[in-house]
Amino acid sequence: MKVRILYFASLREALGVDREEIALPAHVASAGALRAWLRERGAQWEQALAQSRAVRVAVNQQMANEHTPIAAGAEIAFFPPVTGG
Amino acid sequence: MPVRVQLEDFDVGAEIAALRGTDPRVGAVASFIGTVRDINEGIGVATLTLEHYPGMTERSLEDICTQARSRWDILDVLVIHRHGRLQPLDQIVMVAVTSAHRGEAFAACEFVMDYLKTQAPFWKKESTPDGERWVQARESDDEAAARWHASQPGDPESGPR
Repeated sequence: MKVRILYFASLREALGVDREEIALPAHVASAGALRAWLRERGAQWEQALAQSRAVRVAVNQQMANEHTPIAAGAEIAFFPPVTGG
Repeated sequence: MPVRVQLEDFDVGAEIAALRGTDPRVGAVASFIGTVRDINEGIGVATLTLEHYPGMTERSLEDICTQARSRWDILDVLVIHRHGRLQPLDQIVMVAVTSAHRGEAFAACEFVMDYLKTQAPFWKKESTPDGERWVQARESDDEAAARWHASQPGDPESGPR
């Protein structure tokens, strides 16, 4: 299942990547599962996406939560709490 | 219901004139302008860089405006938010609401700003004498947005507790 993942702001800087297109294994079917799966990439990922960190997730440009399902072709974005205005 | 995310500055007077247009039903215009301060949390700020999520940012601002329209009897809403590199004194954001009476315009304008602060994907990075730092989200902003949850949609008197 191919998806696009975007990273913003401090998370983008910590991970050194702003976007990627990737094929996910079948068991990675929710935003929370994806976050956990990405944490396995190494120390940098484990730290930046740690459960204790305030990381927001959007699926197809809508604010989402860990239970939000992801389907083929989805655009998933991870970012810190927003600070506009 | 225009929403714009742009690099360029904006002219508040011209924007309000355009929003009012020639609609004789308008009896009130409430607006809020956010600007860049030279001090944040006690440290001097030389520049502020705003990052956003093209596509989602516009969509979330439109959604906030739709919610404001469903909660208050307002005529029109305008949101302009800049991105890119800004300096102290620069304008960052403008929200303007037109309605027949001031109560709806004031409340809807404050609601849009409170929701924008916590929902719209923008991130600020400050350049200070100590280097660059990402601005941290404030709990007080979450509290400001949460005040509106208790209010009943469609109640013109609804507002912060």
